[in-house]
Amino acid sequence: MAGAMRERFVEVAGALLDEHPRLAVLTADLSAELFASARARHPERVVNVGIREQLLISVAGGMSLGGMRPIAHSFAPFLVERPFEQIKIDLNHQGVGAVLVSAGASYDIASGGRTHQAPADVALLNTLGGWTIHVPGHADEAETQLRRAATGDDLVYVRLSNQSNARPFADSERFTVLRGGRRGTVIAVGPLADAVLAATETLDVTVLYAATVRPFDHQAVRHAVAQQEQVAVAITEPLLEGTSAPELARLLAELPGRILALGVARDELRHYGTAAQHAIAHGLDAASMRRRLGTFFGPG
Amino acid sequence: MTIDRVRQLMAVMRGDAKHAEAAESTLDALWVLYDRVLRVTPAMAEDRDRFYLSKGHGPMAYYAVLAAKGFLSPVELYRFGDFHAALGHHPDRATVPGVEVSSGSLGHGLPLAVGTALALRARGMTGPALWVLLGDGELDEGSNAEASAFAGRAGLDNLHVIVVDNASASHGWPGGAQSRFAVEGWSADRVDGRDHEALVAAYTAPHPGRPRVVVADVGSAASRAAERTGHGRRDA
Repeated sequence: MAGAMRERFVEVAGALLDEHPRLAVLTADLSAELFASARARHPERVVNVGIREQLLISVAGGMSLGGMRPIAHSFAPFLVERPFEQIKIDLNHQGVGAVLVSAGASYDIASGGRTHQAPADVALLNTLGGWTIHVPGHADEAETQLRRAATGDDLVYVRLSNQSNARPFADSERFTVLRGGRRGTVIAVGPLADAVLAATETLDVTVLYAATVRPFDHQAVRHAVAQQEQVAVAITEPLLEGTSAPELARLLAELPGRILALGVARDELRHYGTAAQHAIAHGLDAASMRRRLGTFFGPG
Repeated sequence: MTIDRVRQLMAVMRGDAKHAEAAESTLDALWVLYDRVLRVTPAMAEDRDRFYLSKGHGPMAYYAVLAAKGFLSPVELYRFGDFHAALGHHPDRATVPGVEVSSGSLGHGLPLAVGTALALRARGMTGPALWVLLGDGELDEGSNAEASAFAGRAGLDNLHVIVVDNASASHGWPGGAQSRFAVEGWSADRVDGRDHEALVAAYTAPHPGRPRVVVADVGSAASRAAERTGHGRRDA
Protein backbone atom coordinates (compact mmCIF):
# COMPACT_ATOMS: atom_id res chain seq x y z
CA MET A 1 0.00 0.00 0.00
CA ALA A 2 1.43 3.35 -1.04
CA GLY A 3 -0.54 5.45 1.48
CA ALA A 4 -2.77 8.43 0.72
CA MET A 5 0.03 10.98 0.46
CA ARG A 6 2.22 8.93 -1.85
CA GLU A 7 -0.77 8.08 -4.03
CA ARG A 8 -1.59 11.77 -4.24
CA PHE A 9 2.03 12.54 -5.10
CA VAL A 10 1.95 10.10 -8.00
CA GLU A 11 -1.34 11.52 -9.25
CA VAL A 12 -0.32 15.18 -8.92
CA ALA A 13 3.16 14.66 -10.35
CA GLY A 14 1.61 12.97 -13.37
CA ALA A 15 -0.69 15.95 -13.92
CA LEU A 16 2.16 18.44 -13.39
CA LEU A 17 4.27 16.62 -16.00
CA ASP A 18 1.46 17.20 -18.49
CA GLU A 19 1.36 20.92 -17.63
CA HIS A 20 5.05 21.80 -17.30
CA PRO A 21 7.41 20.71 -20.12
CA ARG A 22 10.53 21.34 -18.03
CA LEU A 23 9.43 19.11 -15.14
CA ALA A 24 10.99 15.65 -14.64
CA VAL A 25 10.36 12.84 -12.16
CA LEU A 26 13.27 10.63 -11.09
CA THR A 27 13.04 7.37 -9.17
CA ALA A 28 15.47 4.71 -7.98
CA ASP A 29 13.20 1.68 -8.40
CA LEU A 30 11.06 2.43 -5.33
CA SER A 31 7.63 3.66 -6.49
CA ALA A 32 8.83 3.40 -10.12
CA GLU A 33 5.92 1.14 -11.09
CA LEU A 34 3.46 3.74 -9.74
CA PHE A 35 4.70 6.13 -12.44
CA ALA A 36 4.18 3.67 -15.32
CA SER A 37 1.40 5.69 -16.94
CA ALA A 38 3.27 9.01 -16.55
CA ARG A 39 6.38 7.35 -18.02
CA ALA A 40 4.37 6.10 -20.99
CA ARG A 41 3.26 9.69 -21.70
CA HIS A 42 6.65 11.32 -20.98
CA PRO A 43 9.36 8.68 -21.42
CA GLU A 44 12.20 11.21 -21.43
CA ARG A 45 11.00 13.08 -18.34
CA VAL A 46 10.09 10.13 -16.09
CA VAL A 47 13.38 8.37 -15.48
CA ASN A 48 14.05 5.38 -13.28
CA VAL A 49 17.81 5.07 -12.63
CA GLY A 50 17.61 1.68 -10.91
CA ILE A 51 18.79 1.06 -7.35
CA ARG A 52 21.32 3.91 -7.54
CA GLU A 53 20.59 6.60 -4.99
CA GLN A 54 23.81 8.55 -5.45
CA LEU A 55 23.00 8.76 -9.13
CA LEU A 56 19.41 9.72 -8.34
CA ILE A 57 20.53 12.92 -6.62
CA SER A 58 23.37 13.69 -9.04
CA VAL A 59 21.06 13.29 -12.02
CA ALA A 60 18.65 15.72 -10.35
CA GLY A 61 21.52 18.21 -10.03
CA GLY A 62 22.67 17.62 -13.60
CA MET A 63 19.14 17.98 -14.94
CA SER A 64 18.78 21.25 -13.11
CA LEU A 65 22.08 22.45 -14.63
CA GLY A 66 20.54 21.50 -17.99
CA GLY A 67 17.47 23.66 -17.48
CA MET A 68 14.97 21.15 -16.11
CA ARG A 69 13.02 21.11 -12.83
CA PRO A 70 13.64 17.64 -11.31
CA ILE A 71 11.58 15.88 -8.67
CA ALA A 72 13.57 13.00 -7.14
CA HIS A 73 11.78 10.41 -5.05
CA SER A 74 12.67 7.49 -2.80
CA PHE A 75 12.21 6.37 0.78
CA ALA A 76 13.65 8.90 3.24
CA PRO A 77 16.76 6.94 4.32
CA PHE A 78 17.74 6.32 0.69
CA LEU A 79 16.85 9.79 -0.55
CA VAL A 80 18.49 11.93 2.14
CA GLU A 81 20.83 9.92 4.33
CA ARG A 82 22.55 7.56 1.90
CA PRO A 83 23.40 10.16 -0.79
CA PHE A 84 23.85 13.09 1.57
CA GLU A 85 27.11 14.28 0.03
CA GLN A 86 25.42 14.33 -3.37
CA ILE A 87 22.79 16.63 -1.88
CA LYS A 88 25.50 18.86 -0.43
CA ILE A 89 27.68 19.00 -3.57
CA ASP A 90 25.43 18.28 -6.55
CA LEU A 91 22.52 20.44 -5.38
CA ASN A 92 23.55 23.02 -2.78
CA HIS A 93 27.15 23.61 -3.88
CA GLN A 94 26.27 23.75 -7.58
CA GLY A 95 23.69 26.37 -6.69
CA VAL A 96 20.86 24.56 -8.46
CA GLY A 97 17.32 23.75 -7.38
CA ALA A 98 15.48 20.44 -7.05
CA VAL A 99 12.50 18.90 -5.32
CA LEU A 100 13.10 15.87 -3.13
CA VAL A 101 10.00 13.91 -2.16
CA SER A 102 10.42 11.12 0.37
CA ALA A 103 8.14 8.39 1.67
CA GLY A 104 8.40 6.31 4.82
CA ALA A 105 9.05 9.13 7.28
CA SER A 106 10.28 8.18 10.76
CA TYR A 107 8.50 4.89 11.38
CA ASP A 108 5.83 4.32 8.71
CA ILE A 109 7.66 1.11 7.89
CA ALA A 110 7.75 0.02 11.54
CA SER A 111 7.93 -3.68 10.79
CA GLY A 112 10.74 -3.04 8.30
CA GLY A 113 13.16 -2.08 11.03
CA ARG A 114 15.91 0.53 11.30
CA THR A 115 17.09 0.35 7.68
CA HIS A 116 13.79 1.75 6.43
CA GLN A 117 13.38 4.47 9.03
CA ALA A 118 14.80 7.99 8.88
CA PRO A 119 13.78 10.09 11.87
CA ALA A 120 16.91 12.23 11.35
CA ASP A 121 16.33 13.16 7.69
CA VAL A 122 15.15 16.70 8.39
CA ALA A 123 17.84 17.32 11.02
CA LEU A 124 20.48 16.19 8.53
CA LEU A 125 19.11 18.23 5.65
CA ASN A 126 18.91 21.19 8.01
CA THR A 127 22.71 21.21 8.28
CA LEU A 128 22.56 22.76 4.80
CA GLY A 129 21.10 26.16 4.05
CA GLY A 130 18.53 27.04 1.45
CA TRP A 131 16.03 24.25 1.91
CA THR A 132 12.29 24.69 2.27
CA ILE A 133 11.20 21.67 4.31
CA HIS A 134 7.61 20.50 4.30
CA VAL A 135 6.20 17.92 6.73
CA PRO A 136 2.62 17.66 5.48
CA GLY A 137 -0.01 16.24 7.79
CA HIS A 138 -2.56 15.52 5.07
CA ALA A 139 -2.56 14.61 1.38
CA ASP A 140 -4.23 17.94 0.50
CA GLU A 141 -1.36 19.82 2.12
CA ALA A 142 1.16 17.66 0.29
CA GLU A 143 -0.58 18.44 -3.00
CA THR A 144 -0.42 22.20 -2.42
CA GLN A 145 3.26 21.96 -1.48
CA LEU A 146 4.09 19.81 -4.52
CA ARG A 147 2.29 22.12 -6.92
CA ARG A 148 4.15 25.14 -5.58
CA ALA A 149 7.49 23.32 -5.65
CA ALA A 150 7.04 22.14 -9.24
CA THR A 151 7.06 25.65 -10.64
CA GLY A 152 9.89 27.05 -8.49
CA ASP A 153 13.64 26.92 -8.98
CA ASP A 154 14.66 26.46 -5.35
CA LEU A 155 15.48 23.53 -3.05
CA VAL A 156 12.39 21.89 -1.59
CA TYR A 157 11.98 18.76 0.52
CA VAL A 158 8.53 17.22 0.90
CA ARG A 159 8.40 14.50 3.56
CA LEU A 160 5.41 12.29 2.87
CA SER A 161 4.06 9.92 5.50
CA ASN A 162 1.41 7.27 5.93
CA GLN A 163 0.55 9.03 9.21
CA SER A 164 -2.06 11.68 8.64
CA ASN A 165 -4.50 14.00 10.36
CA ALA A 166 -8.21 13.54 9.66
CA ARG A 167 -8.34 16.85 7.81
CA PRO A 168 -5.90 19.44 6.43
CA PHE A 169 -5.02 22.40 8.66
CA ALA A 170 -2.41 24.40 6.76
CA ASP A 171 -3.50 27.14 4.41
CA SER A 172 0.00 28.49 3.75
CA GLU A 173 3.64 27.92 4.63
CA ARG A 174 3.07 29.95 7.82
CA PHE A 175 1.96 28.34 11.08
CA THR A 176 -1.80 28.07 11.60
CA VAL A 177 -3.50 28.76 14.95
CA LEU A 178 -5.62 25.71 15.85
CA ARG A 179 -6.55 26.79 19.37
CA GLY A 180 -5.88 29.73 21.72
CA GLY A 181 -4.81 29.56 25.38
CA ARG A 182 -2.97 31.37 28.21
CA ARG A 183 -0.50 28.87 29.74
CA GLY A 184 1.82 28.50 26.81
CA THR A 185 2.21 27.41 23.20
CA VAL A 186 2.46 24.00 21.56
CA ILE A 187 3.60 23.70 17.97
CA ALA A 188 2.26 20.54 16.36
CA VAL A 189 4.21 19.46 13.29
CA GLY A 190 2.54 17.62 10.40
CA PRO A 191 0.76 14.34 11.14
CA LEU A 192 1.02 14.75 14.94
CA ALA A 193 -1.61 17.51 15.01
CA ASP A 194 -4.63 15.32 15.79
CA ALA A 195 -2.81 13.67 18.68
CA VAL A 196 -1.63 17.05 19.99
CA LEU A 197 -5.16 18.45 19.85
CA ALA A 198 -6.38 15.44 21.84
CA ALA A 199 -3.48 15.74 24.29
CA THR A 200 -4.14 19.43 24.97
CA GLU A 201 -7.93 19.32 25.15
CA THR A 202 -7.93 20.08 28.87
CA LEU A 203 -4.88 22.39 28.81
CA ASP A 204 -5.23 26.16 28.49
CA VAL A 205 -2.63 26.47 25.72
CA THR A 206 -2.32 27.81 22.21
CA VAL A 207 -1.80 25.15 19.56
CA LEU A 208 0.00 26.18 16.39
CA TYR A 209 0.18 23.91 13.37
CA ALA A 210 3.23 23.64 11.13
CA ALA A 211 3.23 21.72 7.86
CA THR A 212 6.38 23.63 6.85
CA VAL A 213 9.25 23.66 9.35
CA ARG A 214 11.87 25.52 7.27
CA PRO A 215 11.62 28.41 7.06
CA PHE A 216 10.37 28.37 10.65
CA ASP A 217 7.55 30.81 11.35
CA HIS A 218 9.15 32.72 14.24
CA GLN A 219 6.65 35.52 13.89
CA ALA A 220 3.71 33.23 14.64
CA VAL A 221 5.45 31.91 17.76
CA ARG A 222 6.34 35.42 19.02
CA HIS A 223 2.78 36.54 18.43
CA ALA A 224 1.37 33.59 20.38
CA VAL A 225 3.81 33.98 23.28
CA ALA A 226 3.13 37.72 23.58
CA GLN A 227 -0.41 37.01 24.75
CA GLN A 228 0.48 34.41 27.39
CA GLU A 229 1.17 34.23 31.15
CA GLN A 230 4.59 32.62 30.72
CA VAL A 231 7.12 32.04 27.99
CA ALA A 232 6.70 28.28 27.64
CA VAL A 233 6.86 26.80 24.16
CA ALA A 234 6.70 23.12 23.30
CA ILE A 235 7.16 21.58 19.88
CA THR A 236 6.03 18.07 18.98
CA GLU A 237 7.62 16.73 15.81
CA PRO A 238 7.37 13.35 14.07
CA LEU A 239 11.12 13.88 13.57
CA LEU A 240 14.30 13.29 15.54
CA GLU A 241 13.81 14.82 18.98
CA GLY A 242 15.12 18.38 18.98
CA THR A 243 15.13 18.85 15.20
CA SER A 244 13.54 22.29 15.58
CA ALA A 245 14.83 23.07 19.08
CA PRO A 246 17.53 25.44 17.70
CA GLU A 247 14.77 27.49 16.08
CA LEU A 248 12.98 27.81 19.45
CA ALA A 249 16.27 28.58 21.17
CA ARG A 250 16.45 31.77 19.09
CA LEU A 251 13.30 32.93 20.86
CA LEU A 252 15.05 32.51 24.22
CA ALA A 253 17.76 34.92 23.13
CA GLU A 254 15.07 37.61 23.29
CA LEU A 255 12.81 36.36 26.12
CA PRO A 256 13.63 34.36 29.24
CA GLY A 257 11.52 31.26 29.17
CA ARG A 258 11.39 27.48 28.73
CA ILE A 259 11.20 25.20 25.74
CA LEU A 260 10.33 21.52 25.41
CA ALA A 261 11.04 19.49 22.28
CA LEU A 262 9.21 16.19 21.82
CA GLY A 263 10.10 13.87 18.98
CA VAL A 264 11.52 10.54 17.94
CA ALA A 265 14.23 9.23 20.27
CA ARG A 266 17.82 9.28 19.03
CA ASP A 267 18.55 5.75 20.24
CA GLU A 268 17.46 3.00 17.90
CA LEU A 269 14.12 1.43 18.82
CA ARG A 270 14.82 -2.24 18.05
CA HIS A 271 11.23 -3.34 17.65
CA TYR A 272 8.92 -4.09 14.74
CA GLY A 273 5.12 -3.88 15.01
CA THR A 274 3.08 -0.89 13.85
CA ALA A 275 3.57 2.84 13.47
CA ALA A 276 1.09 3.37 16.32
CA GLN A 277 3.22 1.20 18.61
CA HIS A 278 6.32 3.18 17.64
CA ALA A 279 4.52 6.44 18.39
CA ILE A 280 3.74 5.15 21.87
CA ALA A 281 7.30 3.93 22.38
CA HIS A 282 8.58 7.42 21.51
CA GLY A 283 5.98 9.13 23.73
CA LEU A 284 4.23 10.70 20.76
CA ASP A 285 0.75 9.28 21.36
CA ALA A 286 -1.95 11.54 22.82
CA ALA A 287 -1.80 10.08 26.33
CA SER A 288 1.99 10.33 26.63
CA MET A 289 2.00 13.87 25.26
CA ARG A 290 -0.84 14.88 27.62
CA ARG A 291 1.36 13.79 30.54
CA ARG A 292 4.54 15.49 29.37
CA LEU A 293 2.89 18.70 28.21
CA GLY A 294 0.80 18.90 31.39
CA THR A 295 3.95 18.72 33.52
CA PHE A 296 5.73 21.27 31.33
CA PHE A 297 3.00 23.92 31.37
CA GLY A 298 2.05 23.29 35.03
CA PRO A 299 -1.33 23.80 36.68
CA GLY A 300 -3.19 26.82 35.31
CA MET B 1 47.80 30.64 -29.05
CA THR B 2 49.74 27.47 -28.37
CA ILE B 3 50.06 24.95 -25.60
CA ASP B 4 53.36 26.61 -24.65
CA ARG B 5 51.44 29.78 -23.83
CA VAL B 6 49.15 27.67 -21.63
CA ARG B 7 52.24 26.32 -19.84
CA GLN B 8 53.40 29.90 -19.18
CA LEU B 9 50.00 30.75 -17.73
CA MET B 10 50.12 27.62 -15.53
CA ALA B 11 53.48 28.71 -14.16
CA VAL B 12 51.84 31.85 -12.77
CA MET B 13 49.89 29.79 -10.27
CA ARG B 14 51.77 28.90 -7.12
CA GLY B 15 50.81 27.37 -3.84
CA ASP B 16 49.32 24.07 -4.92
CA ALA B 17 52.52 22.08 -5.33
CA LYS B 18 50.79 18.98 -3.99
CA HIS B 19 48.64 18.87 -7.11
CA ALA B 20 51.17 20.10 -9.70
CA GLU B 21 51.55 16.60 -11.06
CA ALA B 22 47.79 16.25 -11.39
CA ALA B 23 47.60 19.54 -13.27
CA GLU B 24 50.35 18.59 -15.72
CA SER B 25 48.74 15.21 -16.40
CA THR B 26 45.54 16.78 -17.74
CA LEU B 27 47.12 19.54 -19.83
CA ASP B 28 47.29 17.84 -23.24
CA ALA B 29 43.87 16.21 -22.99
CA LEU B 30 42.30 19.51 -21.94
CA TRP B 31 44.09 21.70 -24.46
CA VAL B 32 43.21 19.46 -27.40
CA LEU B 33 39.59 19.36 -26.27
CA TYR B 34 39.23 23.14 -25.93
CA ASP B 35 41.38 23.99 -28.95
CA ARG B 36 40.09 21.44 -31.45
CA VAL B 37 36.80 19.88 -30.40
CA LEU B 38 34.65 21.67 -27.83
CA ARG B 39 32.12 24.11 -29.29
CA VAL B 40 32.00 26.72 -26.57
CA THR B 41 32.89 30.39 -26.36
CA PRO B 42 32.92 32.85 -23.47
CA ALA B 43 29.38 33.83 -24.51
CA MET B 44 28.30 30.43 -23.08
CA ALA B 45 25.40 30.06 -25.52
CA GLU B 46 22.53 27.77 -24.50
CA ASP B 47 23.37 25.27 -27.27
CA ARG B 48 27.10 25.12 -26.35
CA ASP B 49 29.00 21.94 -25.68
CA ARG B 50 29.51 21.52 -21.94
CA PHE B 51 32.69 20.40 -20.21
CA TYR B 52 32.56 19.10 -16.61
CA LEU B 53 35.93 18.81 -14.88
CA SER B 54 35.18 16.02 -12.42
CA LYS B 55 38.74 15.59 -11.21
CA GLY B 56 38.75 19.04 -9.64
CA HIS B 57 42.13 18.85 -7.94
CA GLY B 58 45.09 20.31 -9.74
CA PRO B 59 42.94 22.73 -11.77
CA MET B 60 45.88 24.87 -12.92
CA ALA B 61 45.84 23.44 -16.44
CA TYR B 62 42.08 24.02 -16.62
CA TYR B 63 42.36 27.63 -15.45
CA ALA B 64 45.23 28.26 -17.85
CA VAL B 65 43.24 26.84 -20.77
CA LEU B 66 40.22 28.96 -19.81
CA ALA B 67 42.45 32.04 -19.63
CA ALA B 68 44.08 31.20 -22.97
CA LYS B 69 40.65 30.85 -24.55
CA GLY B 70 39.37 34.15 -23.17
CA PHE B 71 36.93 32.85 -20.53
CA LEU B 72 38.76 34.53 -17.67
CA SER B 73 41.35 37.25 -17.28
CA PRO B 74 44.93 36.01 -16.90
CA VAL B 75 45.21 38.49 -14.02
CA GLU B 76 43.05 36.13 -11.97
CA LEU B 77 45.77 33.49 -12.15
CA TYR B 78 48.04 35.61 -9.92
CA ARG B 79 45.47 35.51 -7.12
CA PHE B 80 45.10 31.70 -7.25
CA GLY B 81 43.97 30.47 -3.82
CA ASP B 82 43.81 33.92 -2.17
CA PHE B 83 40.90 34.78 0.13
CA HIS B 84 39.11 36.91 -2.43
CA ALA B 85 40.25 34.94 -5.48
CA ALA B 86 37.88 33.59 -8.10
CA LEU B 87 40.23 30.64 -8.57
CA GLY B 88 40.51 28.17 -5.72
CA HIS B 89 42.46 24.94 -5.51
CA HIS B 90 39.23 23.30 -6.67
CA PRO B 91 37.08 25.10 -9.26
CA ASP B 92 33.76 26.74 -8.40
CA ARG B 93 31.19 27.44 -11.11
CA ALA B 94 29.86 30.33 -9.03
CA THR B 95 33.13 32.26 -9.26
CA VAL B 96 35.00 31.13 -12.39
CA PRO B 97 33.65 32.18 -15.80
CA GLY B 98 33.45 29.19 -18.12
CA VAL B 99 33.39 26.60 -15.33
CA GLU B 100 30.26 24.47 -15.66
CA VAL B 101 30.42 22.47 -12.40
CA SER B 102 32.03 23.00 -9.02
CA SER B 103 34.23 20.01 -8.24
CA GLY B 104 36.87 18.77 -5.82
CA SER B 105 35.10 15.88 -4.17
CA LEU B 106 35.70 12.96 -6.54
CA GLY B 107 32.99 11.05 -8.35
CA HIS B 108 30.49 13.84 -8.99
CA GLY B 109 31.22 15.04 -12.53
CA LEU B 110 30.06 12.00 -14.48
CA PRO B 111 26.80 11.49 -12.56
CA LEU B 112 26.02 15.21 -12.96
CA ALA B 113 26.76 14.99 -16.67
CA VAL B 114 24.39 12.02 -17.00
CA GLY B 115 21.66 14.27 -15.58
CA THR B 116 22.49 17.10 -17.95
CA ALA B 117 22.61 14.69 -20.91
CA LEU B 118 19.12 13.50 -19.96
CA ALA B 119 17.93 17.10 -19.59
CA LEU B 120 19.21 18.13 -23.02
CA ARG B 121 17.66 15.03 -24.57
CA ALA B 122 14.32 15.75 -22.87
CA ARG B 123 14.47 19.31 -24.20
CA GLY B 124 15.09 18.07 -27.72
CA MET B 125 18.56 19.65 -27.82
CA THR B 126 20.49 17.14 -29.88
CA GLY B 127 23.32 19.53 -30.78
CA PRO B 128 25.26 20.05 -27.55
CA ALA B 129 27.76 17.42 -26.46
CA LEU B 130 28.65 16.70 -22.83
CA TRP B 131 32.30 16.14 -21.93
CA VAL B 132 33.62 14.95 -18.56
CA LEU B 133 37.23 14.60 -17.46
CA LEU B 134 37.99 11.99 -14.81
CA GLY B 135 41.16 10.56 -13.33
CA ASP B 136 41.86 6.83 -13.22
CA GLY B 137 42.11 7.03 -9.43
CA GLU B 138 38.78 8.80 -9.32
CA LEU B 139 37.14 5.73 -10.86
CA ASP B 140 37.53 4.12 -7.42
CA GLU B 141 34.48 6.14 -6.37
CA GLY B 142 31.44 3.88 -6.71
CA SER B 143 29.28 6.77 -7.92
CA ASN B 144 31.07 6.44 -11.28
CA ALA B 145 29.98 2.82 -11.54
CA GLU B 146 26.36 3.86 -10.95
CA ALA B 147 26.65 6.52 -13.64
CA SER B 148 28.57 4.57 -16.30
CA ALA B 149 26.26 1.57 -16.04
CA PHE B 150 23.15 3.71 -16.38
CA ALA B 151 24.55 5.90 -19.17
CA GLY B 152 25.45 2.84 -21.21
CA ARG B 153 22.02 1.31 -20.87
CA ALA B 154 20.32 4.64 -21.57
CA GLY B 155 22.35 5.04 -24.76
CA LEU B 156 23.40 8.61 -23.95
CA ASP B 157 25.29 9.29 -27.16
CA ASN B 158 25.75 13.00 -26.37
CA LEU B 159 27.96 12.00 -23.41
CA HIS B 160 31.76 11.78 -23.63
CA VAL B 161 34.24 10.85 -20.92
CA ILE B 162 37.98 11.43 -20.93
CA VAL B 163 39.85 9.37 -18.33
CA VAL B 164 43.34 10.75 -17.80
CA ASP B 165 45.20 7.62 -16.75
CA ASN B 166 48.37 8.29 -14.80
CA ALA B 167 48.21 4.93 -13.04
CA SER B 168 47.25 6.56 -9.76
CA ALA B 169 44.46 4.16 -8.71
CA SER B 170 45.80 2.39 -5.61
CA HIS B 171 44.53 -1.01 -6.71
CA GLY B 172 44.66 -0.50 -10.45
CA TRP B 173 42.17 -1.36 -13.21
CA PRO B 174 43.04 -4.76 -14.72
CA GLY B 175 42.18 -4.70 -18.40
CA GLY B 176 42.44 -0.92 -18.47
CA ALA B 177 39.95 1.69 -17.30
CA GLN B 178 38.26 1.65 -20.72
CA SER B 179 37.15 -1.96 -20.18
CA ARG B 180 34.93 -0.85 -17.28
CA PHE B 181 32.98 1.35 -19.66
CA ALA B 182 33.06 -1.05 -22.62
CA VAL B 183 31.29 -3.75 -20.62
CA GLU B 184 28.48 -1.28 -19.95
CA GLY B 185 27.95 -0.68 -23.65
CA TRP B 186 30.12 2.39 -24.19
CA SER B 187 32.20 3.05 -27.27
CA ALA B 188 35.69 2.86 -25.74
CA ASP B 189 39.20 3.71 -26.84
CA ARG B 190 42.64 4.13 -25.29
CA VAL B 191 45.26 6.47 -26.74
CA ASP B 192 48.61 8.06 -25.94
CA GLY B 193 47.54 11.01 -23.81
CA ARG B 194 50.42 13.17 -25.07
CA ASP B 195 49.73 12.60 -28.78
CA HIS B 196 47.52 15.46 -29.90
CA GLU B 197 46.51 13.97 -33.24
CA ALA B 198 45.61 10.67 -31.58
CA LEU B 199 43.51 12.56 -29.03
CA VAL B 200 41.66 14.49 -31.74
CA ALA B 201 40.94 11.29 -33.64
CA ALA B 202 39.67 9.56 -30.51
CA TYR B 203 37.59 12.55 -29.44
CA THR B 204 35.88 12.88 -32.81
CA ALA B 205 35.28 9.22 -33.66
CA PRO B 206 31.58 8.54 -34.30
CA HIS B 207 29.69 6.47 -31.70
CA PRO B 208 26.02 6.37 -32.70
CA GLY B 209 23.62 5.33 -29.96
CA ARG B 210 26.35 4.92 -27.36
CA PRO B 211 28.28 7.13 -24.95
CA ARG B 212 32.01 7.43 -25.65
CA VAL B 213 35.03 7.03 -23.36
CA VAL B 214 38.59 7.93 -24.29
CA VAL B 215 41.31 6.85 -21.88
CA ALA B 216 44.28 9.20 -22.29
CA ASP B 217 47.30 7.24 -21.12
CA VAL B 218 49.88 9.65 -19.71
CA GLY B 219 51.95 7.07 -17.81
CA SER B 220 52.63 7.03 -14.09
CA ALA B 221 54.23 9.98 -12.29
CA ALA B 222 57.30 7.85 -11.64
CA SER B 223 57.68 6.94 -15.30
CA ARG B 224 57.41 10.58 -16.35
CA ALA B 225 59.99 11.68 -13.75
CA ALA B 226 62.33 9.00 -14.98
CA GLU B 227 61.78 10.18 -18.56
CA ARG B 228 62.65 13.76 -17.63
CA THR B 229 65.96 12.78 -15.99
CA GLY B 230 66.82 10.25 -18.66
CA HIS B 231 66.90 7.33 -16.23
CA GLY B 232 63.90 5.73 -17.81
CA ARG B 233 65.41 5.47 -21.26
CA ARG B 234 66.94 2.12 -22.10
CA ASP B 235 69.14 3.68 -24.72
CA ALA B 236 70.38 6.52 -22.51
